[in-house]
Amino acid sequence: MLNVLKIALRNLARFQRRTFLTATLITLGVVAVLLFIATAGSFKQMMIGQFTDALLGHIEIHRKGYVASIDNLPLNLNMQPAMVGKIEQLLDKTPGIEAYSERVKLGAMFSNFTETTSVRVNGIDPGREAATTPLMPGRIVEGSKASPLLKPGEILIPTLLARGMNVKVGDTIVLVATNRDGSVNGKTFTVRGIMEAVSGPYGRDAYIRIEDARSLLRMTQPEVSEIAIRLKDPGTLDATYARLSREIPALSGQGSTPDPAKKAAGAPGGGGLEVHTWAALSPFSHIAEMIDLLTLFIKIMLVSIVIVSILNVMVMAVYERVREIGTIAAIGTPPRRILSLFLTEGLLLGVGGAVIGTVISLAGIYALNVWKIHFDFGMQQGLVLSPSISPRDVAIIAGVVVLIALAASLQPAWKASRMDPVRALTHV
Amino acid sequence: MALVKAEKLVKTYRAGEVDVPAIRGIDFAIDAKSFVAFVGPSGSGKSTLLNMIGCLDHPSSGKLTVMDADVTRMARRAAAEFRGEHIGFIFQDFNLIPVLTVYENVEYPLIMVQSWPERKRRDQVMRLLEAVGMAGQEKKRPDQISGGQKQRVAIARALATNAQLVLADEPTANLDHETAYRVIGLMRKMRDELGTTFVFSTHDPKIMSEAEVLFALEDGRIAERRAATPAPPQEKVAVHA
Repeated sequence: MLNVLKIALRNLARFQRRTFLTATLITLGVVAVLLFIATAGSFKQMMIGQFTDALLGHIEIHRKGYVASIDNLPLNLNMQPAMVGKIEQLLDKTPGIEAYSERVKLGAMFSNFTETTSVRVNGIDPGREAATTPLMPGRIVEGSKASPLLKPGEILIPTLLARGMNVKVGDTIVLVATNRDGSVNGKTFTVRGIMEAVSGPYGRDAYIRIEDARSLLRMTQPEVSEIAIRLKDPGTLDATYARLSREIPALSGQGSTPDPAKKAAGAPGGGGLEVHTWAALSPFSHIAEMIDLLTLFIKIMLVSIVIVSILNVMVMAVYERVREIGTIAAIGTPPRRILSLFLTEGLLLGVGGAVIGTVISLAGIYALNVWKIHFDFGMQQGLVLSPSISPRDVAIIAGVVVLIALAASLQPAWKASRMDPVRALTHV
Repeated sequence: MALVKAEKLVKTYRAGEVDVPAIRGIDFAIDAKSFVAFVGPSGSGKSTLLNMIGCLDHPSSGKLTVMDADVTRMARRAAAEFRGEHIGFIFQDFNLIPVLTVYENVEYPLIMVQSWPERKRRDQVMRLLEAVGMAGQEKKRPDQISGGQKQRVAIARALATNAQLVLADEPTANLDHETAYRVIGLMRKMRDELGTTFVFSTHDPKIMSEAEVLFALEDGRIAERRAATPAPPQEKVAVHA
């Protein structure tokens, strides 16, 4: 085998320019794919992180039907205290959950005493919310970020609202809300801070303490609209989601096994309660899917590049060496060894391109991390691109390139091994 | 005892709708350790005959035996194994592998065709390079040596596997007369030293006189067969000169 390798290497060296061009083409393909995967993956993870760490959490629990009518913020689909207690017990004993935050969501009228507009309001426990969505305090662009983020009677409002209503930190405003019985109630709040608006659901919501929300809505008992959950490791999302989808319905006495297809789509599981992953709640999941699709497309292009270039170079190699093939066949070289000789040449081109491409890509990824490229996404500015790639992705891409190189060499190599020595020896 | 035996050997090629006879029912026998030439003009069937003896091509009919093996209908893979085991080839264009050195070209069949251990391989290659007068040139590539030297290397390669039969199709056609005599002389010398049977083809009248047994082919038939008594090659040109 070593001798086959040696001869194959020398044959590649014999046609230096062609070998160089082919290896370069494969290298560029590998570099393009790995850099794309690294940067697109980084962008995707960063965006997902923005949604999960600033707004949604990784998983949310609602009463069944709540998400379907979430635009109306229905107050009649809140979870009752007994149910919330059971859910808390379940979450406390579920491994992998770092924190969870109960929220009361409502629609209200926002008045600065001269103008009025509508606003979506989240009633939160500031400590638990900060633990569940740790980037949330970072969105405060004006006002104190000191803990607690909200004291009773304080409100955090989004920048657009502050600007539109000409409201500043320290101003007093009024929230007027209708409870589920139809009675209207109003409450004054002091603006504690102004929050940067972000893309995605709840990105332009105001925040008050959950007790204030309940008071505003004149709730007689501590109801909850949703429970947002933060996982210790986002990689356990599917497993935790599956577990909660199995166990949450049992709490409401309507146990069911989650449909795997629904699970994959992040669709609700359970009976009286429903569990959603962030992907099912955020339109960004479609962008994430699009990034995955683009990555697949780029991978297909890489495969095409490798196939065409290797096939081309190997067909030429066989065509130019017909007499040589005739000679080695005539002196008794077994067809399988001729086959292995040409396969090895294709393999070496693939391995060479994959190795060099991987080295350049890793260097490129390192350089991008050192240079810290900044970019804006929607209203979020100054995001830093931190491309990274998993060893698994590198191994898969390199492995695919090598396998495709082998496959592309197969036909020319087979042709060489089946060549009639007499015809080959008289080939001009 | 005959090393090669042909009985009513026929080879016909198909060119479009027309059958073109290349060998028309010939009989001959070649003894072991002999130095044989097939001579004749272009198209007389010399190469076709050598190809069939070398198991590179099948006869259309008749029977061909090489070293007691009936090779008339030998399968492709078996033929490759048989060639690798028993037959050496020398080509008109030398056909050395350009990416390999002189040493590696001779070593090639010992690695790729047979699987000799390293030390035994080295001894064999060095012995043969010494015998063909190419010692000291082991590291050169084919494009760094002359035509005559290339053919010497080709002879060493043909003998590397201790082949009992070496077939040489017009081995001197691309060489000047002086070099051609040296190459033929070298082939005879190797026959004398190793007892290998050499069968070559030529259309050069001066070269054919070097053969001990000569078959003159004409239109696919043996027109004449004779045993020659050539002058010793050393009198014309020294083998290693």
